Amino acid sequence: MPHFAKPAEGSWTEHYPELGTAPVNYSDSIDPAYYEAERAAIFKRTWLNVGRVERLPRTGSYFTSELAAAGTSLILVRGKDGQIRAFHNICRHRGNKLVWNDYPNEETAGTCRQFTCKYHAWRYDLSGKLTFVQQEGEFFDLDKADYGLKEVACDVWEGFIFVNLNPRETLATYLGEMAKGIEGYPFGQMTEVYTYRAEVGSNWKLFIDAFAEFYHAPVLHAKQAVREEADKLLGFGFEGLHYELFGPHSMISSWGGMAPPKDPSMVKPIERVLRSGLFGPWDRPAIEGLDALPPGINPARHRAWGIDSFVIYPNFMLLIWAPGWYLTYHYWPTAVNRHLFEASLYFVPPKTARERLAQELAGVTFKEYALQDGNTLEATQTMLASRAVTEFPLNDQEILLRHLHKVTRDLVKEHADAAR
Amino acid sequence: MLPAETLPAGFGALEPYLAWALPTEPERYARRLASTMAEMQAFYDTAFPLLEPALTHLDKFGLAELPEPERALLHLMQSLIMVSFPVEVWKQPRVPDSGAAYLDLVVEPRI
Repeated sequence: MPHFAKPAEGSWTEHYPELGTAPVNYSDSIDPAYYEAERAAIFKRTWLNVGRVERLPRTGSYFTSELAAAGTSLILVRGKDGQIRAFHNICRHRGNKLVWNDYPNEETAGTCRQFTCKYHAWRYDLSGKLTFVQQEGEFFDLDKADYGLKEVACDVWEGFIFVNLNPRETLATYLGEMAKGIEGYPFGQMTEVYTYRAEVGSNWKLFIDAFAEFYHAPVLHAKQAVREEADKLLGFGFEGLHYELFGPHSMISSWGGMAPPKDPSMVKPIERVLRSGLFGPWDRPAIEGLDALPPGINPARHRAWGIDSFVIYPNFMLLIWAPGWYLTYHYWPTAVNRHLFEASLYFVPPKTARERLAQELAGVTFKEYALQDGNTLEATQTMLASRAVTEFPLNDQEILLRHLHKVTRDLVKEHADAAR
Repeated sequence: MLPAETLPAGFGALEPYLAWALPTEPERYARRLASTMAEMQAFYDTAFPLLEPALTHLDKFGLAELPEPERALLHLMQSLIMVSFPVEVWKQPRVPDSGAAYLDLVVEPRI
């Protein structure tokens, strides 16, 4: 008997019959040709989140974004009119990379009044217009109006900046109902940021797989809890409160009884003193907007709710935690068997040392868990590449993985069919 | 050895551990990996009973206006958090089964 109700069909997976229940073929994570197809079918024409508006606080604030999977580098900048724009990071003169520091392949950020190319000092204003050409008279019939920076579609949802190299629909349409259900959450007040980064030796989908199910949690992370608690969790196993698919996107809603725990002796000594842990500081920050949550958050309105994980296709995850903070994951593919993983924790800025250290413990704990999660992936990639086994049974608590691989498969096929 | 007034009154027991008063996570994490369990256990055993008194003391100040001794004390407590997993859980400096995996903190609020 499940501890939490499932849909009338008997399972979350069968509630979405198009998913099927058969084992899933993971060749999509090891085949270099398939990765190239994903780049063309997905990363070059889908809305991709590149960060938060808080990274661009004032006129002239900019950062660059290296999008290896889409085959370009972008400049994101806030203009004099307050608008955020995205441009390909290339000088119109002879293709020099326009904005970089020391290492052309590393991302950079700052504030400027205009962009000046390091090569021949061509200058562009914050809206991308070419404003100065060195020795302009040496050129032939050059009209500066024809040589502005190449702009890329850019839009903002709830403070999250998205870009799309080849949009076929607006950002709002693409994000759809799932995003609408989250609107109004006080993201803008959670500006205390911790960002972690690692290059991981696995296909990008494998790390999403790892974070889109909690079936692994009582096993892989058993040692993180005190002994009796770990045994109890293993006995229960894991069941989500609610799963929902929305076009290419999906979400899982989970319980989480650790913030604060029913019995303080079940957590580690440092957690008892700091009143914090993996689920974040136990004491919710005193801000508006956390009492009446938007309808898409904790959709089952369950009392034991602890966390919602939203997969915003293709490579962005948003995790909203009951104690009042959020986490983002980005998985940026660099090859079929490599990706750059980024995780950012966002808290309401602490007013006291007590609040600051409670957040510190949440961050440190996150890293301990993520190191365990990340280390299994490289070995998985190697074994998948052996092709000793190609098909894998996914259970009902792994519905988001089944969905992720299906959406990807469908998009790649659709793109290939259209090219025929 | 730094002078005794480096830390606020009442926290003198932490003076031998001032090398742990590090302002960034990468420094704290590197020191954890470079330390023996005996070293971390000794630091933990001294610092843990002082955590609650430290919170009470530090909360008398605004986070942005911490005097130098209080700042050092806060950094020590951040290091206490850093060694708490090895001491309370892992019994070793590294996360078990984390192999070659790494995760660099590239943006953090510094005090």
